[in-house]
Amino acid sequence: MDKFEKNLEREVTAMRECYRSGKTKQESWRRSQLKGLQTFLKEKEVEIFRVLKQDLGKHYVEAFRDEVGLLRKSLNLALKDLKKWMSSREVKLPIIALLSSAELVPEPLGLILVISTWNFPFVLSLEPLIGAIAAGNGVVLKPSELAPACSSLLVNFLPNYLDSEAIKVIEGGPAVGEQLLQQKWDKIFFTGSARVGRMIMSAAAKHLTPATLELGGKCPAVLDSLSWSWDKEVAVNRIIGAKYGSCAGQVCISVDYLLVEKTFSSTVVELMKVLIKKMYGDNPRESHSVARIINKHHFLRLKNLLTDQMVKDSIVYGGSMDEDSLFIEPTILVDPPLQSTIMTEEIFGPLLPIITLDKIEDSIDFINSRPKPLAIYAFTHNEVLRKRMVSETSSGSVVFNDAIIQFVADTIPFGGIGESGFGKYHGKFSFDTFSHYKAIARRSFLTDFWFRFPPWNNYKLELLETSYNYDYFGVLLVILGLKKSRRRFDIN
Amino acid sequence: MASEVEKKAVFNAESAKDVVKQLRDSFVAGKTKSYEWRRTQLKAMLKMMEENEPQIVAALRDDLSKPELESSIYEVAMLKNSCRLALKELKHWMMPEKAKTSLTTFPSSAEIVSEPLGVVLVISAWNYPLLLSLDPVVGAIAAGNAIVLKPSEIAPATASLLVKLVANYLDSSCIKVVEGAVPETSALLEQKWDKIFYTGNGRVARIVMAAAAKHLTPVVLELGGKSPVIVDSSINLQVATRRIIAGKWGCNNGQACISPDYIITTKDYALKLVDSFKCELERFYGKNPLESKDLSRIVNSNHFARLSKLLDEDNVSSKIIHGGERDKTNLMITPTILLDVPQDSLIMNEEIFGPLLPIITVDKVEDSFDVINSSGTKPLAAYLFTNNKKLKEKFVATVSAGGLVVNDTTVHLAEHTLPFGGVGDSGMGAYHGIFTFDAFSHKKPVLYRSFAGDAFLRYPPYTKDKLRLLQALLAGSILGIIRALLGWS
Repeated sequence: MDKFEKNLEREVTAMRECYRSGKTKQESWRRSQLKGLQTFLKEKEVEIFRVLKQDLGKHYVEAFRDEVGLLRKSLNLALKDLKKWMSSREVKLPIIALLSSAELVPEPLGLILVISTWNFPFVLSLEPLIGAIAAGNGVVLKPSELAPACSSLLVNFLPNYLDSEAIKVIEGGPAVGEQLLQQKWDKIFFTGSARVGRMIMSAAAKHLTPATLELGGKCPAVLDSLSWSWDKEVAVNRIIGAKYGSCAGQVCISVDYLLVEKTFSSTVVELMKVLIKKMYGDNPRESHSVARIINKHHFLRLKNLLTDQMVKDSIVYGGSMDEDSLFIEPTILVDPPLQSTIMTEEIFGPLLPIITLDKIEDSIDFINSRPKPLAIYAFTHNEVLRKRMVSETSSGSVVFNDAIIQFVADTIPFGGIGESGFGKYHGKFSFDTFSHYKAIARRSFLTDFWFRFPPWNNYKLELLETSYNYDYFGVLLVILGLKKSRRRFDIN
Repeated sequence: MASEVEKKAVFNAESAKDVVKQLRDSFVAGKTKSYEWRRTQLKAMLKMMEENEPQIVAALRDDLSKPELESSIYEVAMLKNSCRLALKELKHWMMPEKAKTSLTTFPSSAEIVSEPLGVVLVISAWNYPLLLSLDPVVGAIAAGNAIVLKPSEIAPATASLLVKLVANYLDSSCIKVVEGAVPETSALLEQKWDKIFYTGNGRVARIVMAAAAKHLTPVVLELGGKSPVIVDSSINLQVATRRIIAGKWGCNNGQACISPDYIITTKDYALKLVDSFKCELERFYGKNPLESKDLSRIVNSNHFARLSKLLDEDNVSSKIIHGGERDKTNLMITPTILLDVPQDSLIMNEEIFGPLLPIITVDKVEDSFDVINSSGTKPLAAYLFTNNKKLKEKFVATVSAGGLVVNDTTVHLAEHTLPFGGVGDSGMGAYHGIFTFDAFSHKKPVLYRSFAGDAFLRYPPYTKDKLRLLQALLAGSILGIIRALLGWS
């Protein structure tokens, strides 16, 4: 560990020298790196699909939809808008600031540490990397050791496509993570659990390093009683797609649990059974369209969620698990006890509890009595309910009539609140997250307000006050001696 | 007697917990969310300033010997402006912002809704005890939060006044002031807040952030640093000198986070600059600055001792070329200029925060950038006086700081359209104007999707055709989509 630490320090120092040389600030450098990422994704696509299958059992279409395709889209956007993002923004000043001008200039922060996680090993590593590069920073990326084939691919091949003086990929587990956290970074971008998020922020505090923490939570879906069968089918498809169709529910923005009205619940369950069969066939494991659980530890964690007798009794569909292949079939539960672990901890797996309520409006209190999630999904036509959802609950984001799709929308920020984290990214928000918007004010020597300077007297005080108020007429009155001071107290 | 004993009751973790619980109940009950509540509070704060200016000026005189004009303008007037701006813009700030949507989520619409964070903690500093306490509070109110304010105990008269005024003018079920020092602050920091806004120094900032980490609480840290001033030749020397003096000694006698900390100029220009300073300083503060009523005193004996130590260091005391007079009883140090102190001296390695101005000389003015960047830390502000366009461009491109000003000092603080905050060691986050509102808001994206137009290709069973369509869809290319649909790609 000592040798690693020494090497690391040397590497970081070298990276800082490189950053100081100004290389990463150049638009041409940023473009070349983004293009390098494009080439990596193109040339290594087959490899990427292979390692995602190996680590997570992801089908290559799912891998494209959720990882490679997304990254390609982000890179296109970054390359298209880079110049615009890099340009400074003029800021309006009031008339009294004669012959002055002001602007906001985005500049890189310096060296960024990106720590990503195992469920979307490519997108969660490279999406922040895209933003950091576009903003002109040097970057160290530590992918998750829990997806080892993916991590190896990144360590061994990514540097061939990028400037390894300024961008490095370092493999390892918690020990390596800890060593990295001892170094001084200009920003840390972390995706993972709240428990580790706390450790990251504590470490960042030692160097006053700002952080973005993308954590998780129990994202609820609220399914109102829909009358049209088309709507019902679309809603249920989207829910089961979000739950079972993306990394087998091991997603921070998965539908963790579902809230429905008691009277609607059996319709929902029956419809779900039909649509799950349609998507995954009679034998979901053979369909190869449901990802695997990442490892034995998480498999056992999920298995344990179902050991409680009352929880077991609430299973209405699925429930079968195979430890050898780390496979859990799409499972539905109805009304497991609210204090059971499956209802108090983030599930992160293909188990969907459905909680029934008397009225759908009760979902608001239900959600509010729990920590703020990364997203809230509500399937409803009811305008009043929609408005209440938005104004009476708090979450990273709100999506109506769909789930998970907000990840794809790069015109809205993606991030959490409260226990689900802070900071945001995607699209231009990634660029902003890794930039410092430096305020520049320029003044002329020609105009000066003599009343800015001591020695002080009441006259100067009145002039300053009217000026600060942008009360131009008032200024005139003071100068003409027509404005009486309202002050009664002595100047000193 | 009995009521005095009650007042002295210890504010510990239990008390802090109670305060937070009370505020959280108020927040959850929705008290702070309405437009009307926010407006009433902001109006009350404005009234509070208007009706109590003499008391405020007196408290600031007690705490800092602050000249009345500085109190009236840099504290009261600035705060009133913040309130007025918030009142004028509140409706607009509270409105959701429409966001564009792209082809990949078609059909959909999106907006970004500003919602309050909840219960927030504002910890302020002693040098502008009114402004730095209430300016963040204005934004926190505008954003609809419940607030605890902890003013600095190093400015006790202002802190007590704030307790009284806030209790009398603002809604005390939602906004509270807690007085105290380290124990009380620690008790507050143990609680869970939805945001902590801290103004002060780097040492305490680390403690605040570490405490915040336990609850995953986001923070804004407004710190300081050594704000350098680069002075080029062939400028309007008199105006430049005046502006530097106004920013340095005119701002609480150098005890301000964005005060010019030190000057860098060329060897050739240094003496001309020094002469100009001597001349203008006399014009502003008279022949006997110790007697001048227009300078704040040093806040307390600790800081007086700290500043004296900076001046008394070997190889530094001999470099004093103007001023250096001290009055320990009245805690006064006159405007002091030093020339060419060693780079490794204390005065060049910690934020001065006082009326001492070292001038460092370089051969060519371009060498200044190396001097600034060699410190390895980014200050809250950096200033340049020049008429040379290329130098201005290099300044903006190479000097990283919270904010930069060309041909003036400190004025960017008054401009509410500019975000005010640091970077690196000078802090994180920004505020002023709408940026304060944003700092205390959660910008929640809301995506509205339709049931129509479902992309069946999102779902299994997965096929090569679906893959091709997805590729086209994610690339946002209509032609690609058509081709894929027709089986042509």
